[in-house]
Amino acid sequence: MVPPSEDEGTSRRNFYVVAIYGFWAAISAALGLPALVYLLFPPKAKKVDEWIEIGDIGRLALNSPVEMTFRRTRVDGWKVISEKSTAWVVKGAGDQVTAFGPQCTHLGCAYHWEESKGHFLCPCHTSLFASDGKVVAGPAPRPLDRYQTRLNGNRLLLGKLESPEKKS
Amino acid sequence: MRRRFRGVNEWVEHRTGIQSAVRQFLYEEIPASSGWHQVFGSVAMFLFMVQAFTGALLAFNYAPTPGDAYNSLRYILTELTGGRLMRGLHHWGASMIVVVVVLHMLQVFLYGAYKKPREATWMVGVVLLLLTLAYGLTGYLLPWDNRAYWGTVVTTQIAAQAPVLGPYLLRLLGGEGEIGVVTFARFYGLHVLLLPPATIFLMVLHIFLVRKHGVAPLPGDEAQPKKKFYPQQVFKDTVAIFIAFAILFMMAVAVRVPLEQLADPTDTSYIPRPEWYFLFLFQMLKLFSGPLEVVGSVVLPGLAVLLLILVPFIDRGQMVKVTRRGVALAFVLLAAIGWGGLTAAAVRSTPKETLAAAVDFSGPTDWMQLSPEEMVGIAYFRKENCVSCHAMGGHASAEGPDLTKASIHKDAAWMIQHFKRPSAMRPGTSMPPIQLTDAQLNSLAAFLLKLNEKNATALDNAPDFAVQGALLYQTNRCGGCHLVNGGGMRIGPPLNGLSKRQSRGWVEAHFADPAKMVPGSIMPPYKLAPKDLENLTSYLFALPD
Repeated sequence: MVPPSEDEGTSRRNFYVVAIYGFWAAISAALGLPALVYLLFPPKAKKVDEWIEIGDIGRLALNSPVEMTFRRTRVDGWKVISEKSTAWVVKGAGDQVTAFGPQCTHLGCAYHWEESKGHFLCPCHTSLFASDGKVVAGPAPRPLDRYQTRLNGNRLLLGKLESPEKKS
Repeated sequence: MRRRFRGVNEWVEHRTGIQSAVRQFLYEEIPASSGWHQVFGSVAMFLFMVQAFTGALLAFNYAPTPGDAYNSLRYILTELTGGRLMRGLHHWGASMIVVVVVLHMLQVFLYGAYKKPREATWMVGVVLLLLTLAYGLTGYLLPWDNRAYWGTVVTTQIAAQAPVLGPYLLRLLGGEGEIGVVTFARFYGLHVLLLPPATIFLMVLHIFLVRKHGVAPLPGDEAQPKKKFYPQQVFKDTVAIFIAFAILFMMAVAVRVPLEQLADPTDTSYIPRPEWYFLFLFQMLKLFSGPLEVVGSVVLPGLAVLLLILVPFIDRGQMVKVTRRGVALAFVLLAAIGWGGLTAAAVRSTPKETLAAAVDFSGPTDWMQLSPEEMVGIAYFRKENCVSCHAMGGHASAEGPDLTKASIHKDAAWMIQHFKRPSAMRPGTSMPPIQLTDAQLNSLAAFLLKLNEKNATALDNAPDFAVQGALLYQTNRCGGCHLVNGGGMRIGPPLNGLSKRQSRGWVEAHFADPAKMVPGSIMPPYKLAPKDLENLTSYLFALPD
């Protein structure tokens, strides 16, 4: 076998190297991009916005938050589950009713109302919220999230949970 | 900048030696005769990595328990973008890896590359082939559809036939009694926890042995100057890998992998068939019967594997040119003819129905779109045997008019009067009165109004479970609270898409005691006979979303 000349050998070698990288790049892209789409795109299932009736608020005292529990159905992956959920409901002046989501806006712990001190306390990192949801102290970055509310006589209906800051 | 980069490089090289290890691997000397015939090993390894990758992605959205497995796979296929592609890659990749591993083996066999000192490399390779088949066997169950369920019933029963070990194997596979959660967990555990590390270990050992003894040269090649693995042979391997991947990708995109009905242990009409690469074993089993059956199911395959492992010790001669290995070639041809013949016979014996059994979720079939009332009409249509006189399109010889013709469809009130006293509405007709209540006649009329030439066959083929299920739905007045296909009430949840939300077991338990499954539910309990419960649940599960 006659050894190829130096130049010819190098250019053929370069071709091999470029082709190897090219093929592997194509394979990685054809596998990697669909994988990212598969993992990151949300499922197609449409979410239905429905109002859930959670109870009678006729007996609530003014500015005294009460935890109300209710059941809601939620799409959870390949299932629709029925789960217990809660809201902290506060009746303000002039028939105004606010329902807060039950999780602290810092890292999602469950907070509670301290009747004697008159604020919401999150036990994890001692965030404090006023009865209107505003941050009083602690690491919480934003006021408590609120459910959309609707009244049907004295019956309270809850809609989507959203942050009051996003709305404004 | 460049100097700093080189500094980092030198540090990594000094502390780990990775670069020189990679260089040593790539610049391995291989015989001058190496070339395109030796690419299959690399392709098989690549396909294994594709399987591991797509398998992990599927596992991210998969619940490995019966029932949930089916629902979550359906979720992957219908709800997730790219889900169908991932499953397609994994499904067809499994077939492809079998093909490539066998090609790899054929090449080594034909060239006699298993000869001294490479006997151990060959034997490890045979074990890797068995592992590849074990993936196919265990993965087959994981979709938990009818195909998966019935295929595994047969598999475990075959394992049980093994002499001495049979009962223990069956117990290990959790296949005593019925195939259920235990078997499923074991198959899943094998498929994702035990087989992959075993494969990786043996692959590393296999490659180590290849490197230890060097790539097998052709006879007379030893004197030629050696060449390097990189870049020429790596280029050839890469091209082969790319071609294999391109074929796999196109199949995953173009060929739809079916998901059949949810596994139904009571479905006596289902004819199970194994994956195509096991069809020859399936067909061979038919050649043996009675006490000889074990020969076809266990003894012969066992002997074949043993023979395969012992190949290097049976053929101990010197390496010769491929063209002079006539016996080996004859052996391969014989095996190919045997395999091809058995597979062809098995394919020919497969009834068309099992091929068409896949449920097409892309669009509901005609009967799924009927209301329960119209479905009940089918029940009475069958009970009264209307087709004994009426044509359903096609047969012109029938006595009564063709019911699929729109021209004979009057309104429901006319039809009900006609059913009660046919001659009053059509003087001179020979049709006898139908002895049914008004409500029943109403259903029959509702169904006939929906019937047309296009859907006649589809509606005529509406499965019995659905018709019976709809009948139960109607007689128990489920529509008083629930919505199906847009008809009924909204007091309870709509029942379309129920199969996506709940497992079969959950729904059946819910019928018996709704308040236990959904605290506060106002639905009364329904004590249904087992067959009724099954029909009703199957019907509800078949409804379109």
